[in-house]
Amino acid sequence: MKIAVCIKRVPDMDLRFAIGAGGKALDSAGLKFDIADFDGYAVEAGLRLVEAHGSGEVVVVTVGPAAAQETLRKALGMGADRAIQLSADEVPFDGRAVATALATELKDGGYDLVLFGRMATDSANQTVGPMTAHLMGVPCVTAISKLDIAGGRGTAERQLEGASETVEFPLPAVVTIDEGLGRPRLPSLKGIMAAKKKPLEVKPAQLGAASLTVDSIALPPDRPPGRIIGEGADAVPELIRLLQTEAKVL
Amino acid sequence: MANMFAFAESRGGSLRKVALEAVSAARQATDATGGGEVHALLIGAPGIGAKAAALGRAGADLVIVVEHAGLARYSPEVFAATAADRLRSGGYRGAFFAASAEGRDLAPRVAVALGVSMASDLTGFAFEGDALVGKHPTHIGKIITTVRLTGSPALLTLRPGAVLVTDADRTARVEQGAPALDPAAARVVVTSVGGTGDAQLDLADAPVVVSGGRGLREAANFKLVEELAAAFGNAAVGATRAVTDDGWRDPSTQIGQTGRIVSPDLYVAVGISGAIQHLAGMRTSKTIVAINKDKDAPIFKLADYGIVGDLFEIVPRLTEEVRKARAGH
Ligand SMILES: Cc1cc2nc3c(=O)[nH]c(=O)nc-3n(C[C@H](O)[C@H](O)[C@H](O)COP(=O)(O)OP(=O)(O)OC[C@H]3O[C@@H](n4cnc5c(N)ncnc54)[C@H](O)[C@@H]3O)c2cc1C
Ligand SMILES: Nc1ncnc2c1ncn2[C@@H]1O[C@H](COP(=O)(O)O)[C@@H](O)[C@H]1O
Repeated sequence: MKIAVCIKRVPDMDLRFAIGAGGKALDSAGLKFDIADFDGYAVEAGLRLVEAHGSGEVVVVTVGPAAAQETLRKALGMGADRAIQLSADEVPFDGRAVATALATELKDGGYDLVLFGRMATDSANQTVGPMTAHLMGVPCVTAISKLDIAGGRGTAERQLEGASETVEFPLPAVVTIDEGLGRPRLPSLKGIMAAKKKPLEVKPAQLGAASLTVDSIALPPDRPPGRIIGEGADAVPELIRLLQTEAKVL
Repeated sequence: MANMFAFAESRGGSLRKVALEAVSAARQATDATGGGEVHALLIGAPGIGAKAAALGRAGADLVIVVEHAGLARYSPEVFAATAADRLRSGGYRGAFFAASAEGRDLAPRVAVALGVSMASDLTGFAFEGDALVGKHPTHIGKIITTVRLTGSPALLTLRPGAVLVTDADRTARVEQGAPALDPAAARVVVTSVGGTGDAQLDLADAPVVVSGGRGLREAANFKLVEELAAAFGNAAVGATRAVTDDGWRDPSTQIGQTGRIVSPDLYVAVGISGAIQHLAGMRTSKTIVAINKDKDAPIFKLADYGIVGDLFEIVPRLTEEVRKARAGH
């Protein structure tokens, strides 16, 4: 089984963000980067599928600057076999532009399955996966939390609002991964050493034209600082009063 | 003058609230750009056409009804081909989908089929000249990105709850349409939909969300949270990942970065520490109440009203007082 996993390098979300000069991007001072959360789950899913299948290959692919090689190496350290960097100094915000580059690379690669995260934690577009699928001309199932592959077909489960859906599809296919398939493993020391010797190919990204762009970014309006109104059950009447008179939600 | 398109999401033969929101948003956009018509696409099993009137009331001038025995459930490829077909022929300025599980699956397929880009999960939008400008929460809600989309139609998904449903008292014309792809020819097939039933208020729609965390100690104690929600009468029950991971609650009720994003009028956090990944799913709630025994819990930095103390003592009392307050209405 040959599997590609598309992964993105994103800022670590635990840090405090500031807006950079120009107002269109984060201030880079102090930022740390890592593989996007759901993409980690996608790598894990790919590794488990190949392990369960007994043979195959997991190829990790990213569109991004040279610094994104670090993200690829992390996935190699988890156990992926080789990596492809589709080189672009800047990753466009437009999902279709990124999808065009990925589809161009993956289309004739002979992959049984191409895995994506449900969404990138920074751009949060949730479009690159299904767009790449469409451009590749293969079936796509998004935001799945369970996946079984057997006999050239897949069965997946997706969470809806208050319900879940079971979906069946033939391979080759694109699947985007929510969590639920298993926590990403940490690269072992041995894995990290081995990753340094694994192949990492660099090619220019054939990005599509971008018609979705960023005008500006801002921090969300500050909430008023939190307020503790009291201790224990005795504070309940005061809470009720505030909910009625101040917040007007009761 | 510009016509707008809205996709009317349904499930199990009923319209979802986000369908009315998409139509209402399209109505607002049409009215703001000099008038025009709102066309809603409603796809489902035979009988779904009965829901067209409700779309009219939300602001649709025309409802295109596509009924087919093979479309009782969502069928991504058929829905996408049918929407793309209509959008290609219609000269629409904008196309509105919900940023729901279904809408987020559908809209990107439609966009690439049409050869256009799209904007995701907007909490606000305006058409400016040849562009659509929208607000999109990114970076797990820690950044608000203003995006600009050019090209026509401008495809977008709207965050649930971002627009108020209008009551336009309009009677929509109905046109019968056909699926652009034979449902039997679809490669991706939804074979079943299981769920928590319709009786329960969906998290996205509920004006009040009461959520519980590991502070409840064990699954059985969640009944305290359920009773508080019941006392409000208009509340849905959410949970943290700590709790859904341990199997105390259904994964579909997890609030946060990797779960649902909610923005109710009132969010009550019971025994929840307030990890950043949880805050990502509820920080835009209008009013936040937190009950936690640890006065340094991060949730108190966000809570409009915090009570420090033992939830097992506070929550039953709160339930009782809320019940009384509600009875006084
Ligand atoms: C990639 C990633 C994604 C994640 N996504 C999500 C997500 O989507 N949603 C999510 O919720 N989490 C998510 N998490 C997990 C998150 O980091 C926290 O671990 C989780 O939210 C903690 O849940 P909790 O508040 O229930 O538990 P805890 O952090 O254990 O907090 C329990 C709280 O209960 C209080 N308490 C205990 N006893 C009492 C009592 N008797 N009375 C009152 N208070 C009491 C304690 O003081 C404590 O603050 C994610 C983590 C990662 C790494
Ligand atoms: N620059 C990129 N390189 C590789 N994969 C990407 C890139 N951007 C997005 N993806 C993939 O597409 C998914 C969805 O991203 P998005 O549509 O931006 O939310 C991510 O989880 C990744 O799997």
